[in-house]
Amino acid sequence: MHLYEFITHNWRELLALAGEHLRLVAEAMVLAVLIAVPVGVLLTRRKRWQRPVLGLASVLQTVPSLALFGFLIPLPFGGIGARSAVIALVLYALLPILRNTVAGVEGVDKSVREAAVAMGMTGRQILAQVELPLAAGVILAGVRVATVISVGVATIAAAIGAGGLGTYIFRGLRQNDNTLILAGALPAALMAIAFDWLIGLAEARIGAGTARASGRVLRRRVALAGLALVVVGALVAFSAWRGWRAYVTGRRAPVVVASKDFTESVLLAELLAQTLEAQGVPVARRYELGGNLAHDALTAGEIDVYPEYTGTSFTAILKHEPVTDARAVYEQVRREYAERFNVETGPPLGFRNDFAILVRGADARRLNLRTISDAVPSARNWRAGFGQDFMSRADGYQGFARTYGLRFAAPPREMDLSLTYRALAERQVDMIAGNSTDGLISALDLTQLEDDRRYFPPYEAVYLARRDPLARTPALRAALERLGNTISTEEMRRLNYEVDGRHRAAADVVREWRQGKGL
Amino acid sequence: MNQQPDIAEVVSFRRVSYAVPGLAAPVISALDLDVRRGETLVLLGESGCGKTTTLRLVNRLLVPTGGTVLVEGRATTDWDEIELRRRTGYVIQDAGLFPHFTVARNVALVPTLAGWAEARVGARVDELLALVGLEPARFAGRYPRELSGGQRQRVGVARALAADPPLLLMDEPFGALDPLTRAALQREFLSLRDRLGKTCIFVTHDVREALLLGTRIALMEAGRVRLLATPEEFRQSDDELARAYLATLQLD
Repeated sequence: MHLYEFITHNWRELLALAGEHLRLVAEAMVLAVLIAVPVGVLLTRRKRWQRPVLGLASVLQTVPSLALFGFLIPLPFGGIGARSAVIALVLYALLPILRNTVAGVEGVDKSVREAAVAMGMTGRQILAQVELPLAAGVILAGVRVATVISVGVATIAAAIGAGGLGTYIFRGLRQNDNTLILAGALPAALMAIAFDWLIGLAEARIGAGTARASGRVLRRRVALAGLALVVVGALVAFSAWRGWRAYVTGRRAPVVVASKDFTESVLLAELLAQTLEAQGVPVARRYELGGNLAHDALTAGEIDVYPEYTGTSFTAILKHEPVTDARAVYEQVRREYAERFNVETGPPLGFRNDFAILVRGADARRLNLRTISDAVPSARNWRAGFGQDFMSRADGYQGFARTYGLRFAAPPREMDLSLTYRALAERQVDMIAGNSTDGLISALDLTQLEDDRRYFPPYEAVYLARRDPLARTPALRAALERLGNTISTEEMRRLNYEVDGRHRAAADVVREWRQGKGL
Repeated sequence: MNQQPDIAEVVSFRRVSYAVPGLAAPVISALDLDVRRGETLVLLGESGCGKTTTLRLVNRLLVPTGGTVLVEGRATTDWDEIELRRRTGYVIQDAGLFPHFTVARNVALVPTLAGWAEARVGARVDELLALVGLEPARFAGRYPRELSGGQRQRVGVARALAADPPLLLMDEPFGALDPLTRAALQREFLSLRDRLGKTCIFVTHDVREALLLGTRIALMEAGRVRLLATPEEFRQSDDELARAYLATLQLD
């Protein structure tokens, strides 16, 4: 789908996301100015503190944004959603505003300051009438830098469920869809440029107090700036209204359904959400949480239920060594989640999303390959490409190669998981490790080789739900029971492909599937 | 205003010293000096002789490290510093005008701080601008950077006079001006001083200016007053440094 077509079809959502984005940035900037300007002024009065405070602000700015978001989730004032995102944006914005406030106030002409003192102005009068007005241009330049940074960082906020234009970017990255990436990145870039220009204008306006731009040019600029402000204000208001509505429905919604940040997780969450709504249970959706945020949010009580894989819970959350017996893994996850997190594990959904060792279908047919062991002799002439995750994790490449005695022509290429499919289809590599339910497996005519030595641990799909909402909402337990054992691996592949390959909306795909199943 | 005409000395230095930590010699040492009501006392000396420091001790921009500076018979440290400064006009070399204020707002500064009514402030600004030779209608709305050096210095003087302070401190106010402008401003200063009857302490390194404007001249060297004399006495003095200064006049 082309960008133009995408935008014309999705302009409502795009506008909502842009509004969320603006609101994150606007709230963060107001807070950052309220904090950094007074602190910056204080630093000009207590010069000894300048180095440690500015140093701290610099350190904050070097913390990777995703790490900072992750760090904020478990804190009482953090959590998933916009609040943590705004806090992170504020932390990033402190340094440029602090530094420019200090520079601006200290840059006030010595003779002007001396005159102010000698005229009998009090410290407060000098600050309000002389230092701040004269430093305003420099301070505003700092705000400008901070704002442009924030527009960029706010795209990452989508990973913790704060929404904004990053939602499209992450979705596009996951689905290998450049149109989606552009639909998020382009408006964000435009927004950054617009802020840069707008605040630059305000800077010029302040300078004009002493320099005097020609009246007509100035009036035209002010009119343009006013127009831009109206647009920004309208978007922020729109987003605030939506936020309020979401808040109101969120309060009525007894069940908060979340998903991790990949298509299958979104599909499974949406399936549960629609099933609940069909029972008349209001649902709040918190989709596309990055990394292990869904788990953190579940144990923090921010969300009620999300789809997970037993293997992930077993190794990544409970930190056990990989085990290959699916039944044993499920039982242990169920027991430990109940004890440690007060979380119940629903019945398996019927399919597994294991690591899938994939080769081109043509090769499999030509060489008559069915199992991984069949492929070992051929592999000596092959190249392999694996995702970073597979290369590094405990149940990944090292043990896999050892178990099968696999040797390749060259060490495996490490690349982004979504790129390995394309690399395999385009014959740049000959073997990859994908996910067994990936829609691209059928779409690209790939063959999954059987794990005949049972190396890979099982990744059965299940719903994890907190006990509280289960007790509160009987319909939730009923829905979990009913969805048990309803989706085959083949079906899951098809659903995934509808979204990833054909770029359809997850909600529509789920609705059709439910109708087809007569649910 | 807090004028106390019964005290003849507006400002008195009593064994005043001022030392800066880390500096071997004090900037001012054991200075005794009286400034009489209505006179213009010129502090004359080379750069670094302590004349600007002496001036800054008067409105408590600096506090003496030894001795006492009395203003109207009261130690500067006993004054409320804000009150002391508002009744002391201050003019510096580059005027120190607020670049983001118009001429009118610059001049109106102290009256506004003192809480004068708006109409009274406006009238006062017009009066002062006229007094220093700037037509109010033309100059009131301008910003400092739209003025020449001489015009800025006139605004600086107007600002210092705005709240009618009994004491004026002037730190080389005409030092950065071209000779013709300087001569004009010096003449105007003389006529202003005679009309307004202000007490004035005037810092300069220009002996011609000192002789022209001073009722008395304090010749300073290394933080001390070396010679205190009227201009006539100064011309006749056999002090070595005074003679050296006078010699520069004959060269012209």
